[in-house]
Amino acid sequence: MPDTPLTIAGRTFHSRLIVGTGKYASFPIMAEAHAASGAEMVTVAVRRVNLSDRSRESLLDHIDTNRYTLLPNTAGCYTADDAVRAARLGREAGLSSWVKLEVIGDERTLYPDNEALVEATHVLVREGFVVLPYTNDDPVVCRKLEDAGAAAVMPLGAPIGSGLGIQNPNNIRIIKEFASVPVIVDAGVGTASDAAVAMELGADGVLMNTAIAGAGNPVDMATAMKLAVEAGRLAHLSGRIPRKRYATASSPLEGVVGT
Amino acid sequence: MTIQLNGEAFEAPGPLSVSRLLATLDIDPRRVAVEHNRLVVKKAAYDSTVVAPGDEIEVVNFVGGG
Repeated sequence: MPDTPLTIAGRTFHSRLIVGTGKYASFPIMAEAHAASGAEMVTVAVRRVNLSDRSRESLLDHIDTNRYTLLPNTAGCYTADDAVRAARLGREAGLSSWVKLEVIGDERTLYPDNEALVEATHVLVREGFVVLPYTNDDPVVCRKLEDAGAAAVMPLGAPIGSGLGIQNPNNIRIIKEFASVPVIVDAGVGTASDAAVAMELGADGVLMNTAIAGAGNPVDMATAMKLAVEAGRLAHLSGRIPRKRYATASSPLEGVVGT
Repeated sequence: MTIQLNGEAFEAPGPLSVSRLLATLDIDPRRVAVEHNRLVVKKAAYDSTVVAPGDEIEVVNFVGGG
């Protein structure tokens, strides 16, 4: 079945999977997992250069920027001001105006601070950023972000790194129904079926980090996620059967031997 | 002179340009972004931006993240 590619802010992606670069046991394993995932965009964090240990390898030595679009995040920021500051630094470091905007409101859940997130989106859009906000799975907040000029909305499936899967499928469906920008389910995926569910619900893409980086075999899990995203997308487009309470026989009822 | 570098006091021979400061620190300017008193310094302005005593400098790069 023909599908249109994922397009965000006029840029086309053939993979609907976006992956992170954190928590890998080594950079070579990360690079191998990235290749296996088929992703075309990877997230990175903006942090102070370690001045006391300059010997450490650079992340960018292991990411082919001709192959992968870098998506700097503002992870760890708890105010709109700090997130805007991190976004500006990320733009200068990566020479690209794309940002995964995070404004965290609570340490234990890492849930976003909605008001600050909307405020930071307004500021960054005015400065010409392509803003992809990580948000609650709340259709009202997603609409506000879109109104503020977000290029996509990225509702969480479950808390970051929790691996719990899509906790509120109904909201993801409603967010997709309301949105006129792409909907990327960001965070909460634990295994391949979670990614497939996100896509079956109608999401335009899935973003994940821990589910791959923390797996026993990250490279094979990356392959599984690639296939799951493709399978879920195809199932979504194919039109699933309605759910029914009772059985409907798959084989003819006539001509059964002995009747 | 003393400046605040990544949140800590740092002794630098100064005043000096951002380019010189990065060279002193053995940092490849292509891989980082620099903030000078809370304003991002464009790479094209590294030579012309002068760091003075008491200035706050942040030097950041990309690390793994989700």
